[in-house]
Amino acid sequence: MKSLAELDKLREKLQDEMRLREGREDVKVVVTMGTCGIASGAREVLTAILEEVSKRGLKGVTVTQTGCAGLCHCEPLVEVERPGRDKVIYGHVDEKKAREIVVSHLVNGQIIKEWIIK
Amino acid sequence: MELYRAHVLVCAGAGCISSGCQAVKSALVESIDRLGLQREIKVVETGCMGPCDLGPVIVVYPEGVFYRQLKPADAMEIAEEHLLKGRVVERLLYKAPEDGKTAVTSDQIDFFKKQTRIALRNTGIINPESVEEYIARDGYRALGKVLTSMTPEEVIECIKKSGLRGRGGAGFPTGLKWEFSAKAPGKPRYVVCNADEGDPGAFMDRSILEGDPHSVLEAMAICGYAIGANQGYVYVRAEYPLAVQRLSLAIEKAREYGLLGESIFGTGFSFDVEIRVGAGAFVCGEETALLASIEGRRGEPRPRPPFPAQEGLWGKPTVINNVETWANIPPIILKGPEWFASIGTEKSKGTKVFALAGKVNNTGLVEVPMGTTLREIIFDIGGGIPGGKQFKAAQTGGPSGGCIPARYLDVPVDYESLTRLGAIMGSGGLIIMDEDTCMVDLARFFLEFVQDESCGKCSPCRIGTKRMLEIVERITRGEGRDGDIELLEELGHGIKSSALCGLGQTAPNPVLSTIRHFRDEYEAHIYHKKCPAGVCRALMVYAVDEEKCTGCGRCALVCPAGAVYGEKKKPHRIDLEKCLRCGTCMEKCKFGAIYTI
Repeated sequence: MKSLAELDKLREKLQDEMRLREGREDVKVVVTMGTCGIASGAREVLTAILEEVSKRGLKGVTVTQTGCAGLCHCEPLVEVERPGRDKVIYGHVDEKKAREIVVSHLVNGQIIKEWIIK
Repeated sequence: MELYRAHVLVCAGAGCISSGCQAVKSALVESIDRLGLQREIKVVETGCMGPCDLGPVIVVYPEGVFYRQLKPADAMEIAEEHLLKGRVVERLLYKAPEDGKTAVTSDQIDFFKKQTRIALRNTGIINPESVEEYIARDGYRALGKVLTSMTPEEVIECIKKSGLRGRGGAGFPTGLKWEFSAKAPGKPRYVVCNADEGDPGAFMDRSILEGDPHSVLEAMAICGYAIGANQGYVYVRAEYPLAVQRLSLAIEKAREYGLLGESIFGTGFSFDVEIRVGAGAFVCGEETALLASIEGRRGEPRPRPPFPAQEGLWGKPTVINNVETWANIPPIILKGPEWFASIGTEKSKGTKVFALAGKVNNTGLVEVPMGTTLREIIFDIGGGIPGGKQFKAAQTGGPSGGCIPARYLDVPVDYESLTRLGAIMGSGGLIIMDEDTCMVDLARFFLEFVQDESCGKCSPCRIGTKRMLEIVERITRGEGRDGDIELLEELGHGIKSSALCGLGQTAPNPVLSTIRHFRDEYEAHIYHKKCPAGVCRALMVYAVDEEKCTGCGRCALVCPAGAVYGEKKKPHRIDLEKCLRCGTCMEKCKFGAIYTI
């Protein structure tokens, strides 16, 4: 550690990881992982989202999972929640779609309308 | 650090280790591996989370779900249900003993809700073996701020303004102590951390060292800058192997990152810390004895003044503070002295960590603002007394402190009000006693402790406490005489005013304060030969309830002294001359016919 600036830089990098324990979240991405979800590939979707979020260094994004939402025929489901906005639910998500959701919805703020479940 | 979607924090404080958290952790890691989640879920060992009686405990983030009393067999269920499918495992959640309500996250539990955590801000949240996690939570930022934007005088002024007082017991203003050292002639100067926590039932310092060792190192470096010292020592007892291990690792990591060592942050200021392991003599917690021990001499105190701030290690100016005091420093620097001074009471600022032990439902580690009442600590946070028993008294400050009886439950806990009651704040041991505790026996226990730990250098402590112990022992044996109480008081006051160091000067406190608040119990022992709490064996009288006794003869058979007699099928009797008061007859009686008076 040669300077305070170096410490600041390091801390910023490390904080992303620790944000999880603060209970403060800006954006929440939820993958439904009931038996139905897992059977139709939710695990791969979740891993892909995590990878993409981490690769792009997105801040304040919590990726988590939940149980079956009841829409088993649309699994895997991915919900994106931004504070103060309606929850957006994507259906039939696969690995590729998952990565695109991260890029377009989380990074650029563009909801991909055609994949949304109405 | 890599990004994970969930963190599982496993409490690895000494309490949870002894209740088996290591096995739970390995089972969790194994289950996570088996489900192929190892790249998504991170398992982290932390320092003490506080609720030691609920151990082993874990917290799963981001949700913050709190699971308690886990067994290795529960690991797979948590991994499969919660970590894989996102369903909270209801069965393993905390249930409030009063109303059976389940709490999902820790902030729904009273034990956590009422706490304010400054010294324990990281304990139980970060992995104590990772300097990275400490840095992520603003670690070493205070040191950076001090080194790059404050003069040593400004640092001392900041600590003085915060109102922080020593957490080791006496409550001396920390900033003032630093100033004395900074102004004292003589170089080099030293910074010392007193981690020789020896009060029975106290474990605040151990938990901080085990849970957040870097906060102590950072604070010591800040002090080094403020007083112009380049070397620090942590004096920690050998009975704390885990604390020693984690602290050693922390020092190593800090050196690796250049946070200790030569020219920190390129400012030209150098500071390093070494550990000195003590052999566990209680007297070495006294600062002058501690310094002697660091120097390699026999751990014996010397008269003060000169105080260590002027003439400490090797005769040089030395700041010596307690672990908890150190842990408060970085937040004061970062958030400002006004913020710290806004917490607590007029003369006692900030928070205090207490180790709750004894007859209380939630034993463990708690941190509350100064001025919180004992009632809040014992009943709201501590969950009250087990088994519906009555609260009798709380002992603060260990063998140097005193007891606080039930009628003072609403007294705000700060330095002044405790001293007024004849107790002391002490380092934070808080032992709760219920109606079954005999106060004379309690005084005997602490006297025996200090008598045993007296270093023997001065005669008031060496001989005086011995005489006091003999008198108290005599009282508990039922041989107390008229005038014993007055004699104890006279001896106690004499020792207090003439002993050399803090150990001796405070050694009579448990006796004096129990006499002050529970004189009637002493009188019952001496004049009526009775122990109201039913603890002192020699004073117990065993008797047979002739209505209940069937004359089975079992009691006569088990009595080692042959004190029980009587004809078969007829009520038996106990010969009190022969009776040893062992209680075996009462234990073996199937009809509950034997009782004590």
